[in-house]
Amino acid sequence: MTQAQLAQTSAPLLAVRDVSVVFGGIVALNGVSFDMQQGQILGLIGPNGAGKTTLFNCLSRLYQPSAGDILMEGRSILTRPPHRIAEIGIGRTFQNVALFPNLSVLDNVRVGTHARTSSDIISDSLRLAWIRRSENSVNTKVHEILAYLDLEDVAHKTVSGLPFGTQKRVELARALAADPKILLLDEPAGGLNHEEVHVLGDLIRRIRDDRHVTVLLVEHHMGLVMSIADHVVALNFGRKLAEGTPAQVQADPDVIKAYLGSKDQ
Amino acid sequence: MSAIEEIASQAPAVDAVPKRAMTLSSGTTFVVVLLLLVVPLFVKNFIIFQMTMLLIYGLAVLALNILTGGSGQFSLGNSAFYAVGAYTSAILMEQYNVNYALTLPVAGVICFGFGFLFGQPALRLSGVYLALATFALATAMPQILKLGFFEHWTGGVQGLVVTKPDAPFGLPMSQDMWLYYFTLAITIAIYIFSVNLLRSRSGRAFMAIRDNEIAASAMGIDVATYKTLAFGVSAGITGVAGGLGAIAVQFVAPDSYTIVLAISLFLGMVVGGVGWLPGSFVGAAFIIFVPNIAEGISKGLSGAVFGVLLFLVIFLVPHGARQVAMVAQQLLGKLRKN
Repeated sequence: MTQAQLAQTSAPLLAVRDVSVVFGGIVALNGVSFDMQQGQILGLIGPNGAGKTTLFNCLSRLYQPSAGDILMEGRSILTRPPHRIAEIGIGRTFQNVALFPNLSVLDNVRVGTHARTSSDIISDSLRLAWIRRSENSVNTKVHEILAYLDLEDVAHKTVSGLPFGTQKRVELARALAADPKILLLDEPAGGLNHEEVHVLGDLIRRIRDDRHVTVLLVEHHMGLVMSIADHVVALNFGRKLAEGTPAQVQADPDVIKAYLGSKDQ
Repeated sequence: MSAIEEIASQAPAVDAVPKRAMTLSSGTTFVVVLLLLVVPLFVKNFIIFQMTMLLIYGLAVLALNILTGGSGQFSLGNSAFYAVGAYTSAILMEQYNVNYALTLPVAGVICFGFGFLFGQPALRLSGVYLALATFALATAMPQILKLGFFEHWTGGVQGLVVTKPDAPFGLPMSQDMWLYYFTLAITIAIYIFSVNLLRSRSGRAFMAIRDNEIAASAMGIDVATYKTLAFGVSAGITGVAGGLGAIAVQFVAPDSYTIVLAISLFLGMVVGGVGWLPGSFVGAAFIIFVPNIAEGISKGLSGAVFGVLLFLVIFLVPHGARQVAMVAQQLLGKLRKN
């Protein structure tokens, strides 16, 4: 059985239930529901303004839905502040890369472990034995991730000077450092060329298989979504338009209409 | 692109130093510490006193550097924390006969609390607005210290005279020299703690917040807590510096801690290089000695001469002492190769 088939048999890892978001009278999301199974790569697609990023920001707790609920392993995440999302296993990357530009690659990824470690300013100032032990294990883990994503050559470089594609990998590394169960990727193919998109697709699949991470992919790039997603959800004007395998969604008349426009328009 | 995404991708407020470059190499550190240990044995008491003040202001600038260079928050109010530290030490020593060394941790803890509390409303502000809010704190402090209600403790406008401590265990050194070594020990300890802090998980959290708050929060960093902690740590160190300052100057009065002091500390930080910890002491040297040099050049126009000197520094080395150090390091590297 493949991972995707196995996934269908268990309870959803993440469940989006009738989520609506209203911004001052404008309905950005209107009763959207879908499930994410363990080990899935779920593609969230839709034209500009469809509500993809709004939904994404609900999942990362930057927006509060006006109705509905989001359940992670059966428990609502909506009572958690944004900084307590990483600890339950939700990691994310940003649309235009949001790294810490003055820090080295190593430190960016070390910050990723924040949710999985603990310390206080007094122990940190005195560099107590338990702090040194914890830092050692952080370093081991960070170097493992850098090696995995082929970033060791630039480990000590400041990120602001790195090429965009490399910065995107650093962001992935930072997200992986928090041991996420779900990785939310916001338009990872944006700004990449054809070849890079192909490599990225392989990388996302590899991360899912090797590290048992479930992936939510919000993406404009149809080729990428259709080639790597197990399951696709299409949004338009804040509503769910279609859901199914990539082939099913691609063949859906409503989706075709939303992307290409209908004859009578 | 949503508004949040735009905020998430914008450049940070402070263009700070990469973390590795925040400190000196071990060889340079050794030389500097050796000089600090040996020089006082060969100079006059007045110079020793000035070196003590350099360390004290250096600590205060270091504290501001942790706040601004570390966590990206501006403050023009650190003179208020310095004042609270100075008065805490003075009052404990003179009114309650507490040993001078014991007053310093008390000053540090009280200022930490004060800074932590002040950090709460400051959370809603950033950049120049935060600088203005802290400016208000700095302008209010001298007046608060003059209030009749506190006069019983603070001595009101008159201030308090503080007795200079003698060297303990009958050590054969002058009061000034003892106080210098005492200050040096505390300075080295605080410097080491600060370096440890900035290199730790907490320090990374400060710098992550400085560089990108939204990304920091997505990584599990409680932005509000760490921002107020940075204020607390900065205020605490400034408080210890203030306490030491009161003991060294032997006098506290409200008008010693005006906005001028706050601006001097800020100036010291910029001249030393924002985010470069050793630069704090170079910056402190600038704010102590350059006004004297300016006075030597022209008594009547000392302020204008100081201004010109400051202009020169900012034009020639906008990144302050850090830039000079980097150039020097490159030159040394070239010399070694040849």
